[in-house]
Amino acid sequence: MISALFIYNQKGEVLISRLYRQDLKRSIADIFRIQVISNTDVRSPIITLGSTSFFHVRHENLYIVALTKWNANAALIFEFCYRVINVGRSYFGKFDEESVKANFVLIYELLDEVLDFGYPQNSEADTLKMYITTESVKSERAIKEDSAKITIQATGATSWRRSDVKYRKNEAFIDVIESVNLLLSTQGNVLRADVAGQIMMRAYLSGTPECKFGLNDKVLLEKDPNNRRKTSNTVEIDDCQFHQCVKLGKFDSDRTISFIPPDGEFELMRYRTSDNINLPFRVHPVVTEIGKSKIEYKILVKANFSSKLNANNVVLTIPTPLNTAGVTCSVSAGKAKYVPAENSIVWKIARFQGQSEYMLTGEADLTAMTHKKAWSRPPISMDFQVLMFTSSGLLVRFLKVFEKNNYQSVKWVRYMTKAGNYQIRF
Amino acid sequence: MSDAKFFQRGKIQELRIELNSDKKDRGYTRKKATLKKIVANMTMGNDMSSLYPDVIACMAIPVLEVKKMVYLFLINYAKGKPEMALEAISTFRRDVEDPNPLIRALAIRTMGYIHVDKVTACLIQPLRHCMRDQDPYVRKTAAVCVAKLFMQDRHLVENAGFIDQLREMLVDSNPSVVANAVAALTEISERSDHIQLKLNMAVASKLVTALNECSEWGQTYILESLMFVVPQEPGDAEMLAERIAPRLQHANSAVVLTAVKVIVYLMNYMSKDEDISNMCKKLSPPLVTLLSSGPEVQYVGLRNILLVIQKHPEILKNDIKIFFCKYNDPIYVKMAKLEIMFRLANEHNVEQVLSELKEYATEVDVDFVRKAVRSIGRLAVKIESTAQRCVEALLELIQTKVNYVVQESIVVIKDIFRKYPNQYESIIGVLCENLDNLDEPEAKAAMIWIIGQYADRIENSDELLDDFLYTFLEETVEVQLALLTATVKLFIKRPTAGQDLVPKVLKWATEEVDNPDLRDRGYIYWRLLSTDVAAAKAVVLSEKPHISTETDNMDPVLLEELLLHIASLSAIYHKAPTTFIPHCKPRFLIPSPALRRQNYGPGRLMHSDSYSSVHSNSSDHHQQLSGSSQPQSSSSQLDPLDEFMASSTPAKEPHHQRLSYHEQSFDQVAEASIGNREYYDQKINAENPYRTDTTSTSGTKSGGGDDLMSFDL
Repeated sequence: MISALFIYNQKGEVLISRLYRQDLKRSIADIFRIQVISNTDVRSPIITLGSTSFFHVRHENLYIVALTKWNANAALIFEFCYRVINVGRSYFGKFDEESVKANFVLIYELLDEVLDFGYPQNSEADTLKMYITTESVKSERAIKEDSAKITIQATGATSWRRSDVKYRKNEAFIDVIESVNLLLSTQGNVLRADVAGQIMMRAYLSGTPECKFGLNDKVLLEKDPNNRRKTSNTVEIDDCQFHQCVKLGKFDSDRTISFIPPDGEFELMRYRTSDNINLPFRVHPVVTEIGKSKIEYKILVKANFSSKLNANNVVLTIPTPLNTAGVTCSVSAGKAKYVPAENSIVWKIARFQGQSEYMLTGEADLTAMTHKKAWSRPPISMDFQVLMFTSSGLLVRFLKVFEKNNYQSVKWVRYMTKAGNYQIRF
Repeated sequence: MSDAKFFQRGKIQELRIELNSDKKDRGYTRKKATLKKIVANMTMGNDMSSLYPDVIACMAIPVLEVKKMVYLFLINYAKGKPEMALEAISTFRRDVEDPNPLIRALAIRTMGYIHVDKVTACLIQPLRHCMRDQDPYVRKTAAVCVAKLFMQDRHLVENAGFIDQLREMLVDSNPSVVANAVAALTEISERSDHIQLKLNMAVASKLVTALNECSEWGQTYILESLMFVVPQEPGDAEMLAERIAPRLQHANSAVVLTAVKVIVYLMNYMSKDEDISNMCKKLSPPLVTLLSSGPEVQYVGLRNILLVIQKHPEILKNDIKIFFCKYNDPIYVKMAKLEIMFRLANEHNVEQVLSELKEYATEVDVDFVRKAVRSIGRLAVKIESTAQRCVEALLELIQTKVNYVVQESIVVIKDIFRKYPNQYESIIGVLCENLDNLDEPEAKAAMIWIIGQYADRIENSDELLDDFLYTFLEETVEVQLALLTATVKLFIKRPTAGQDLVPKVLKWATEEVDNPDLRDRGYIYWRLLSTDVAAAKAVVLSEKPHISTETDNMDPVLLEELLLHIASLSAIYHKAPTTFIPHCKPRFLIPSPALRRQNYGPGRLMHSDSYSSVHSNSSDHHQQLSGSSQPQSSSSQLDPLDEFMASSTPAKEPHHQRLSYHEQSFDQVAEASIGNREYYDQKINAENPYRTDTTSTSGTKSGGGDDLMSFDL
């Protein structure tokens, strides 16, 4: 298991160092700095030197590094590093050099709690906040008062939720956020298109509510004979994953999603689908190299969704060769400019109405080059957000809340589709 | 209030004065600030250990934050100053009796980190109490503490009966306690010489029930421990797998991959093919989902997928598109995807795969481009129907004149020529245009092989070889061997063109070069040519053994072992853990009435057998190579290990007489390293078929000298 955990800044200075096992010394920290941080060509997130393995994850301007001398579970170590980042964000808003330095004593306290002898323990920020807090006075009082409650919380079956939550108004917000990934070949064929969806929930519900959640999941609806006629409007989910709170056994047996939610915001589920994807944008690039000194661009982009909807923050990044001297271009909407640092033309359209189409025409002038290596033509990539639209066609059918006090609750749903890896080769 | 200001180098003396100052200190804010400075300095790697007495003195302060900092200090420095740690014992003693469970747990946890014998001695009694504490938080901390203690003093833990107490905790009412007890037992079992964790179905079943209520990490520990269940009946394996399957939907990839490991393991004990294929269907989607995690987890997932699909090819067989590389994937993800793409390529999707590979071959990263080019060549060898298009793609790439692309292409084209003789010779002309740019030994050797092989069709083959020979003595052995053989081929095919070159090369190879392989090969050619040219022709130009990409398959024994380590480091490196983790217990499939026969033949299930089976196979390998007459008979792109395994898979009847002869000479060389697998790998790589036939004569240098004299063209 994990023998030591270090957090470095970009210069390679150690901000946090905690050893959990005697098989390593503090001085090992220097080895990572030399081998990874000062190395410009790092080709793996795991490096093994002798029998010591270094796992690292980069976040903001930090390196989170876990060490082991064992044939440890690599997935567990990386997931734990991600979790350290999440707990840090939940505590400090942002997890970067500044916040680590400003809270290093607290971080040591947390690290003593979430890792015991290198074994990850309860790492739910919500529970941790009950007894490890920024204001030490408060934490002490809390501990004296209900330490038993805390320990049961930290080891219990619903370690993610405290039992004494109270709201005057009981509300739940559901956000369905889809990232569409697209890879379009030079010939305009879809090489791959899939959707990675996330269902985020913000639960402001009193007591210990039992929730049931329903989607237009094809497998579920086809099982139910009453729903046969509606099956045209269903989505085939390739795979999904759930938050710790969802009863997996229940989903496995009858595909119902039931859970006791944590308080506040959390990711209820993630899903993946590749069937019948509605691509929100089509891009038709025509890029021609004219001799050795000029490249001509004609990029047409068309919105495929309903004209009642709008996309926001649409950005197309159109690569140019490394030896581009300058670009002249004109667009029928938005603004386009050449960004030399990124070797690309960045075309921004703040608001893009459904069914409309816009065009960019431009020319890049090239300087003469001595070496003759051809331009690798990286793909055009796209960024956007479309509200109230899901590429997969996924819909939330219901969210039911059962609580022993039987209160009324208000539920809200919102949909958004954004670009994941939306790439068009040309 | 920000603590960042404490992050500066502090002088020991000043810190000491600050700690001991008797100024009014309400709420101990001053002391806290000083301790924070000390912790910051500890972090920066400055030695603070000399402040020991002063810091210990702070233990009496009734503020939790102070206590935690003092404990941190103790954990860091106690080992170097054991006498000081003793001063802390009284505080620890008081704390383990504290009414607050968090304080009790903190004391136990911290004492476990302090590796000082006297502290350890004081820990035993309270630890025993804590394992039965009424509070689950204390119990779960105590469980891990047993593992800590075990690392310090194994005998103490065994003699004090802690192992039995841990075992009792497996049925604790609290899932976190169960999970930590399981984790501690698993680790102790992995490290101990005589404690081996074995779970029967009853315990396993209880553990699986606890899964539902555990934290995600706890689930991972429990799943990990299920690897120590040996199902005695197929029904047990099926039932267990069925109950674990819901974990595949967990958001934490550690839970998912560990569940995959257990299920793949249990499949070995299932009887019905239908059950296995049902399970395989369940495994595909979660494996794909791993690719939407962070890049590091994707990488872990990809390396493991590569293992799983080798054992169960039906998994993911229709999901190749998922593995197409994104332009901005990190390089380690791209490389891992490429390997899976190649493996999943088949008649139906090869078109798409090829166009992807062509795309990758124009990218920036040199290693990635090389691997893409290589994959195009391997694809041609793997799937015959696509060979023509692959060759065209390679020709296009050669036209780009990018040096490393050209060299890589030539290496794979050689393999294509080997696989499909007399089909693509028309492209030799294009290849010859690039001779001057070859600077890598592998590419040179490949080109030389092509020239030698087609010496009679390339008009100026003698000139080309002569050019290469110009630097013969400076070349690597790989190139020298290729040159030697190519020249002999030239001579046999076109005696007049080769007659000036052959004596030159043979003289160099036998007299100027130190490498025994090269020298021996030189001698055998020499003797062949001088005694019987017809025989020489038969040997040198004989038909070459068939090559195929089957040779890419991993050694099935290793694969089987790695599958028992899914998700771990060794599964990422594709190396047995025993090769890089000291004192690591090997894992193997434990026989039971339910264990399926493995497809690589009986009698090799046990890990302990694998070395000996490799050993005996190595003689088969010799046998086979000696039968072939082509020095470069192996496809150059392949890993020596793969190649070696491939040639040893066919269960041919070994040639007994020769076998013993080879083994003998082999063992003589090996002596010290018999049984060492790595040794054989290297050896076989360096081996050439002529070598063994001449081992006895080449020892006598004078014999060779005689031949040299009598050789006459």
